[in-house]
Amino acid sequence: MASMRDIKRRKSSVQSTQQITKAMKLVSTVKLQRAKGRAEKSKTYFNCMYDTVVSMLSKAGDINHPFLKPNNSPKKAVIVITANRGLAGGYNSNIIKLVRDNEWNKDDLIIYPIGSKGKDTFARLGYEVGEDYSSAIEEPIYADAMTISNQVLSDFAAGRVGEIYIVYTGFKNTVTHIPTRLKLLPIKIEDERSSDDKAVLDFEPETEDAIDLIIPKYITSLIYGAMIEAVASENAARMQAMDNATNNADDIISSLSLLYNRARQGAITQELTEIIAGAQAIS
Amino acid sequence: MAEKFKLTIVTPDREFFSEDADMVEFNTTEGEIGVYAGHAPLTVIVKPGILTITQGDTVKNAALHAGFVQILPEEVTILAEIVEWPGEIDEARAVSAKERAEKRLSEKNGIDVARAEAALMRSIARINAAKLK
Repeated sequence: MASMRDIKRRKSSVQSTQQITKAMKLVSTVKLQRAKGRAEKSKTYFNCMYDTVVSMLSKAGDINHPFLKPNNSPKKAVIVITANRGLAGGYNSNIIKLVRDNEWNKDDLIIYPIGSKGKDTFARLGYEVGEDYSSAIEEPIYADAMTISNQVLSDFAAGRVGEIYIVYTGFKNTVTHIPTRLKLLPIKIEDERSSDDKAVLDFEPETEDAIDLIIPKYITSLIYGAMIEAVASENAARMQAMDNATNNADDIISSLSLLYNRARQGAITQELTEIIAGAQAIS
Repeated sequence: MAEKFKLTIVTPDREFFSEDADMVEFNTTEGEIGVYAGHAPLTVIVKPGILTITQGDTVKNAALHAGFVQILPEEVTILAEIVEWPGEIDEARAVSAKERAEKRLSEKNGIDVARAEAALMRSIARINAAKLK
């Protein structure tokens, strides 16, 4: 049996770990609240943006715009949003799995990482890694999303990549986060129902020019929305992970306390037995 | 002109404005337009300029830089990437941005002309809006 001193030392080490996990949980709870608020505030913008783009494309019919059809490059650009820090449960590895375990051929991908965890992993696995935007995920601002979308769109226009995807963790609620893969370009809008509810829109300038101007904004808003959701998911995931860690620490502490008390009682009993045995030997 | 329409201005970060208005004016790629209630459905692209909202006797101004506008007969939605009330504008910074952009355009060596022009237009819109405070 471990000595009392060993048990005591382990217990205090677990206790200090628990303090850290508890503090991290509180921090991510606060961050989650803020990220959730931001995600809700931006929702109107994305809904309007989506409606407009859907009605625009359904009206545009089958016009031959470069944004709407794949070009010949076999390469795929994948924007991968992960965290800059770990200790968030399966948050980062779920995203990496989603990129790795599917029908994509590794050599066809160019990874544009947002978040250093993803960048390091894909660099280690030997993927082609493009420009790194890891600093953007700390505090998502719209200007960063604009830079990223300009970069991928110019790659697409230049024919370096044929398709653009974004992989991020969608935020459904505090306990449910869904790793999501979304195709940004070429655009394919599945349901065209909303074109009927609203009056058919006219465009000024002409529809073709409008597509040129609006699609980049649409892509930017998707990237921005993904970043905001990813931040909310990251903090929710970390909150959960740290909550579990704190609970585990509680369990370990209580079982160590039990062991410690038992060892102490054992020591007392042994001492008493020795004294009694000694006294009997004398008499 | 009793009829009003619902004007919503949203940015990715916040709902900037959401009230009934009599008229809204702004700058588009095709020129300046003013919209009353009952306008034909139209979508236009914004160019940097001043946004003027008229509600009865009160007139509100803001600097609107980028985005697009969805106009429906009873509803106007401005999806703005950047929009600021005059009180939020740092005029000194806008002036220096204007000088910088002008300098870049006059030198014209290997710069991104479109970007410098956009910066110039933005700074001019900001300065003008800030004066309307």
